[in-house]
Amino acid sequence: MHSIDAESGLAKAGARLDGAWTQLRFFATRHPLGAVGAFIMAVFVLAAIFANWIAAYDPLTTNASISLARPSAQHLLGADFMGRDIFSRIVHGARISLAVGIGSTTLGCVLGVVLGLASGYIGGWVDLLSQRLVDILQALPLLVLALVMAASLGPSLPNTIIAIAIPLIPYAARVVRSNTLALREQPFVEAAKAVGMSEMRIALRHVLPNTLAPLIVLATAQLGSAILTEASLSFLGLGIPEPYPSWGRMLSESAAEYVRTAPWLVVFPGIAISLVVFGTNLLGDALRDLLDPRLRG
Amino acid sequence: MAGYLARRFSLMILTLFGISVIIFVLLRLVPGNIADILFDSAGMINPAEKKQIEHELGLDRPIAVQYAQWIGGLMEGDLGYSYKSERPAIEEIAPRIPITAKLAALALVFSVLLGVPLGVISAVRQNSALDYVLRVISLSGLSMPAFWLGLLILMAFVSAFGTIPIYTDPPQNLWDELLLLSVPAAAVGFRSSALIMRLTRSAMLEVLRQDYIRTARSKGASERTVNYHHALRNAILPLVTVIGIEAAFLIGGLIVTETVFNIPGVARFLVEAIRWRDYPIVQNLVMFIALIVVVANFIVDLLYAVLDPRIRYAR
Repeated sequence: MHSIDAESGLAKAGARLDGAWTQLRFFATRHPLGAVGAFIMAVFVLAAIFANWIAAYDPLTTNASISLARPSAQHLLGADFMGRDIFSRIVHGARISLAVGIGSTTLGCVLGVVLGLASGYIGGWVDLLSQRLVDILQALPLLVLALVMAASLGPSLPNTIIAIAIPLIPYAARVVRSNTLALREQPFVEAAKAVGMSEMRIALRHVLPNTLAPLIVLATAQLGSAILTEASLSFLGLGIPEPYPSWGRMLSESAAEYVRTAPWLVVFPGIAISLVVFGTNLLGDALRDLLDPRLRG
Repeated sequence: MAGYLARRFSLMILTLFGISVIIFVLLRLVPGNIADILFDSAGMINPAEKKQIEHELGLDRPIAVQYAQWIGGLMEGDLGYSYKSERPAIEEIAPRIPITAKLAALALVFSVLLGVPLGVISAVRQNSALDYVLRVISLSGLSMPAFWLGLLILMAFVSAFGTIPIYTDPPQNLWDELLLLSVPAAAVGFRSSALIMRLTRSAMLEVLRQDYIRTARSKGASERTVNYHHALRNAILPLVTVIGIEAAFLIGGLIVTETVFNIPGVARFLVEAIRWRDYPIVQNLVMFIALIVVVANFIVDLLYAVLDPRIRYAR
């Protein structure tokens, strides 16, 4: 439903929607901030993919002779206490950050979709039970639940992804449930029933695709908070373990000491986190305007 | 109304019960308990002694028994003993609460004072250059990790004054303490103000579209009266909801900010207790946080019904 709205809106505005490139250019002129967000995201994704070619140094190799080196021509952003090149660690850190961000958002959304679809489509006690589960998961702040999850699972990359995905479930479940409840009464669902489609097939083929637009909007917004939560967990020492170059870990508690002595250790990883989250937020806002006209402000 | 209240209240109790079960089970999934940590750090491994400690702490009993003991104690106001300090958990937690409460209150005041006016301005001048600038600023506020903002503030202090406003000894009087807390409060509050600003803006835009705003304008009311008297008053309503969201949002910020500024509050204590596998502290603190969030949302629902007659009559 939403995609039709967006497209008719575009057509009214005189857009000729032939070809992906034209559509992309149209999006960029209509949502300049969104285009900036998409560009930022693209830069980080490319950095993550080509990290081995971009980074001049190995992010894990220590070198005592350049411990706490200032930013220079050899080491663009300086080096940390162990003599590891900060620029290389930040470039490789994009992999960790995006892996956790995308991984936990996807996992959280998939589980949320299953829960929301079951809740809204089956109804009855399944709905009652899953609604209580959603209430419980939402009564704890994202970081608190992620902290307890991370502590109980132990520090590792997959565990961090799970720890952040679980608190994200209720948001997707809520969106999908309320959409499913509305869609269930639509004539096309009734028609599908009339031709003898199975309930499962109706739910997956007719109901789910129609809740995709708000789900994409939600997922983009959650990508940012997932990345921020990973940074916070790693900052507190309960996320990605050493020696992996996680941006949050690079800023871990010892950073308060470096505020005086080696500010470059504090400034650059923080810029990386803020920039990538800023990108997802800009993109998320633009996608919301585009795909979910009811929320347009 | 009474039926609605009773229903909401019983759901609240059910939610808290669910959280207690989930947290309790989660904490006991951890491979390795406090006895392991104590032994690791002491570097000695004597299985008999370890069994003895586990027995003393009740860790060798079935999980259901441990849970029943905890909840039974909670009902009587007994939170158990901290594994690490061996003092009653309540004595460890209670003195830390006022510090965090003051910090949270300051942060909330800061975020409302900054967020609401900027949100109104942004909405009134929708799509102007000023609106774009404010939106980008608020979005970057939401994009910055709270702990990094805290570190940047510390850095600014170092370069300006050469010192860091770190919380060492408890300050002498309330005024000194509030002054000291105002810096970390600004770090926490800035993020929240960005959230409030965005929500104020969209709530205002929604209201400014209404017919009665046009009516107010056409009867010759000044722009100021329209914006603040007619529009903001109605936009405040959805903003009340934010208080509920804020409670959860602030707590995340408090945890990392207390760590950065070395504030001995209850939020940082949670992280320390998690590291030490100090279950009695962790489970009680998490329940306390859940209680705050759940009660805040309950109050928001009540306020909503009180503030908006339409909701009251609809039920």
